[in-house]
Amino acid sequence: MTRLPTFHAAKWDEPLVMDMGRPGGRGQLFPAPEPEVAEAVGQNPVPAAMQRKDRPVLPEITEFEAQRHYLHLSQMTLGMMGVSLFGTCTMKYNSKTSEFATWRPQIAEVHPYQHPDTLQGVLEIMHDFDGILQSLSGMDQFVFQPGGGADAAYTMTAVARAYWADRGQLGQRTEMVTSIQAHPCNPATAAAAGFTVINLPLEENGYPSLEALKAALSERTALIMLNNPDDMGIYNPEIREWVQAAKDVGALCFYDHANFNGVMGKLSARELGFDACMFMLHKTFGAPKAGGGPAVGAFGCTAELAPYMPAPVVVKQGERYVLDEDRPKSCGKIREFWGNVPQVVKAYAWARAMGAEGIQLASDISVVANNYMDHRLSQLPGIARSNPDVTKRRMEMTRWSLAPLHEETGIGTVEIANRMADYGIDPWWMSHEPWIVPQPFTPEAGELWSKEDIDLWIDVLAQIMQEARENPELVRTAPHNQPIAQVKGDAFEDPSKWAMTWRAYLRKRDQAAAQGAA
Amino acid sequence: MTGPTRAHPWMANSAPGMLEAMLAEIGAANVAEVFEQIPPEHFRTAPLRLPPQLSSEMELKRDLLAKLRKNATCEENLSFLGAGVWQHHVPAIVDEIIGRTEFATNVWGSLQSDHGRNQAWFEFSSQLGALLNLDVVQLPVYSWGCAIGHAIRMAARKTGRTKVLLPRLSDPERLSVIRTYCQPQEMDSAIEIVLIEADAESGRLDLADLKAKLGADVAAVYFENPAYLGTIETEAAEIARMARAAGAETIVGVDPISLGVMTAPGDYGADIVTGPVQPLGVHMNCGGGVGGFIASRDEPDYVHQYNGFLVSIAETVQPGQLGFGLACPHQNSYGQREHGNDWTGNSTYLWAIAGAVYMSLLGPEGFRELGHLIISRARYAAKLLAEVPGVRIQWPDSTFKEFVVNFDDTGLSVAEINDRLRARGIFGGKDLSGEGLGLGQSALWCVTEVHSAADLRHAATTLSEVLK
Repeated sequence: MTRLPTFHAAKWDEPLVMDMGRPGGRGQLFPAPEPEVAEAVGQNPVPAAMQRKDRPVLPEITEFEAQRHYLHLSQMTLGMMGVSLFGTCTMKYNSKTSEFATWRPQIAEVHPYQHPDTLQGVLEIMHDFDGILQSLSGMDQFVFQPGGGADAAYTMTAVARAYWADRGQLGQRTEMVTSIQAHPCNPATAAAAGFTVINLPLEENGYPSLEALKAALSERTALIMLNNPDDMGIYNPEIREWVQAAKDVGALCFYDHANFNGVMGKLSARELGFDACMFMLHKTFGAPKAGGGPAVGAFGCTAELAPYMPAPVVVKQGERYVLDEDRPKSCGKIREFWGNVPQVVKAYAWARAMGAEGIQLASDISVVANNYMDHRLSQLPGIARSNPDVTKRRMEMTRWSLAPLHEETGIGTVEIANRMADYGIDPWWMSHEPWIVPQPFTPEAGELWSKEDIDLWIDVLAQIMQEARENPELVRTAPHNQPIAQVKGDAFEDPSKWAMTWRAYLRKRDQAAAQGAA
Repeated sequence: MTGPTRAHPWMANSAPGMLEAMLAEIGAANVAEVFEQIPPEHFRTAPLRLPPQLSSEMELKRDLLAKLRKNATCEENLSFLGAGVWQHHVPAIVDEIIGRTEFATNVWGSLQSDHGRNQAWFEFSSQLGALLNLDVVQLPVYSWGCAIGHAIRMAARKTGRTKVLLPRLSDPERLSVIRTYCQPQEMDSAIEIVLIEADAESGRLDLADLKAKLGADVAAVYFENPAYLGTIETEAAEIARMARAAGAETIVGVDPISLGVMTAPGDYGADIVTGPVQPLGVHMNCGGGVGGFIASRDEPDYVHQYNGFLVSIAETVQPGQLGFGLACPHQNSYGQREHGNDWTGNSTYLWAIAGAVYMSLLGPEGFRELGHLIISRARYAAKLLAEVPGVRIQWPDSTFKEFVVNFDDTGLSVAEINDRLRARGIFGGKDLSGEGLGLGQSALWCVTEVHSAADLRHAATTLSEVLK
């Protein structure tokens, strides 16, 4: 067994920034308007009716205090600085080379409404990256406007609306069919777009049956939204038949390529028959996740669907790159401007640094590494692989269950996740709702993490499972080496206690104190 | 020269022998065996045609910089572009903090292992709440337009009504996003959008038209303060009163950078408030700096309609210690799939941290000084431009940092004028002539704290020269 780390997170006991500082303290000064400005416009140009009378209750601290405070907070964030095998999110190295490139004024201080002549560099990168994604997917055109994977799914529903409206069938094509195992964003965005969602249940082989799909499909089906492989690591081998069945009723087929890492360079969405797909650039393409964005869900589709995409689209005319806004059939905008441009640049940089051979190798490594992890995990008593009937080797991740250990010790996936952080290991991903697999956890090694990292991760898990048997209280009360202890959950559903701002907290605290005194 | 056996710096298991070692442990003869689930006929046949690999950092950097050098920036040029993304000063500390790898690369851990980030998030909401004078602030969504879209859908769910009133003088970029969120009218759950006329004298909302269109079927009235064309809405409290009388929600969009000098929306009756987060310490990033906040009063009827992450402070099991978690997590799409409120996912949460740092640096006096500086210089700029022959300022005395400059009397189009200015290192304001607003050859100019009085005089002088 690897020697387990003795770890303790930074614990600064850091106050809230609203509770820091002193009256009159300053962290940032602005010049007064120049005398000629003041003379021209007067002392207070704000209309009297809208002049602010109160002083916003903000901290009054020095520049250094702000720096130190937020550095402390960064240090109290584990943030992948240990080992993070966070399944479904494909934790990758985020290149500082590309990060620093996007901090340059040529990206940071550029406005999207500048004349295209002044934007040729960034447009070239977006155009070239579009070409890279076209080759990886077989699609004909990509846009980067969606601000994440879910927003790309939403884009698909908006494109489907425009497509069916153009054919006069939007009133008839009202249904979206997906699997109960699909990421929640697929049914949720379809519902928000106005479609009725049909969720197909799973069979023992881990995916819905082709018969169930055919029964759900009809002339009412606007589109189907699928991911493959799923988060169990199971690949639906009938996917071509699924797409064909949907096409037989005229429906559009969307490939949620969230789980692209194990199949990149190996599958082509277009060759499998799909009309559209999406890639998460902050996941598969090496752009940082930033704790939840800014992200990009790159949306690509066939030439047939391209007229319905959100505008603008980057196109090359001769040797010049332009933004094509004149797209009369477009579904309209999903979000302002052309997307999280710095993330697109980072994804382009990732694809260039990897190259075709690196991308192929990365998918090889990610699937081999997961199978190595599966092999070692299967030797730990107390955990069980999801879908035991599926005996073939899983793809780039596998969903596991702690149900046996939970039954034996009362310790479940939440407690173990909390305890892992005590060893400097990022808590694992469990599962999206609904939890079809009891006490789930979903590790994914990807191509970043070394065999030694994987071994350490498994050794820590084995150690905690042993603790669960020998000293369950130690695990139940974990973490012990983190900045704070377990958070009490009673406030989160209680209007008298929840507080989304400091001012709300102070008000409720004072109210509670007054009631206690009364 | 990249040899086939060189390990890739981003892949530990690309070192020689690592794959083979793992294959040996799992009893697989080759890599193909681990892909046994995929039917052979599913593998792609088209060759992967990608540009050549740039495996060294040096080559990669050279490629990126060679391309990026073709951009011209608002740092080297004098830019007056705004309209949804604005050039503001970004304190260096903000960039240092959001560049921290713990914040930049992380995803999601436990409430303990994410404690520092969660505190930064809570401090974003708390400080923004102090500027807005509102108790609930959600973590930002993708953009201001998206925030407005969600806010309208919140109001529609809360009231059970399906019509929303928006200003006719709306930003077409945001309006297009809002139309997407409200759905085409063919959909059963569509929200109808009705536009309220503007008062021609001031650019403000026409209250008579608002009164005529308000009714028992209206879920919400939306207006901005300052509005798309820069105008300050002085009748905000009256609009909110009229909406409430009709049983409709008042949704306001505000520029948070104005709130050191302008009345907080929580103080004039706004029910739901939205706005952009980019002004709060985020670079323009070619439009990739945008995000949008949603805020409201702290009432369950509102709280239960939010679509995303509400970070709440909470006690820990250790007496006296405070931590953070998510309030009402089961009402979003992670908890309830298609039955959740709209949807959520990755968003723009790094900008919440930028905003937290930014607001803590400015404090109450910084926001007051900044707001005063911006409106003063913007008004000064408008006065200077108005002196240029053929140039007229629409609504010169009612704007904050943006204002409409009309060129009809120059005989030139905005496009021609901006071409001439660009040749002299000035990016003129956004061309409004194609937006159907009835403003002729007009442009929306934006002036902020980054523009000195000398810059503004230079711009006015240059404009008069190019118009000759």
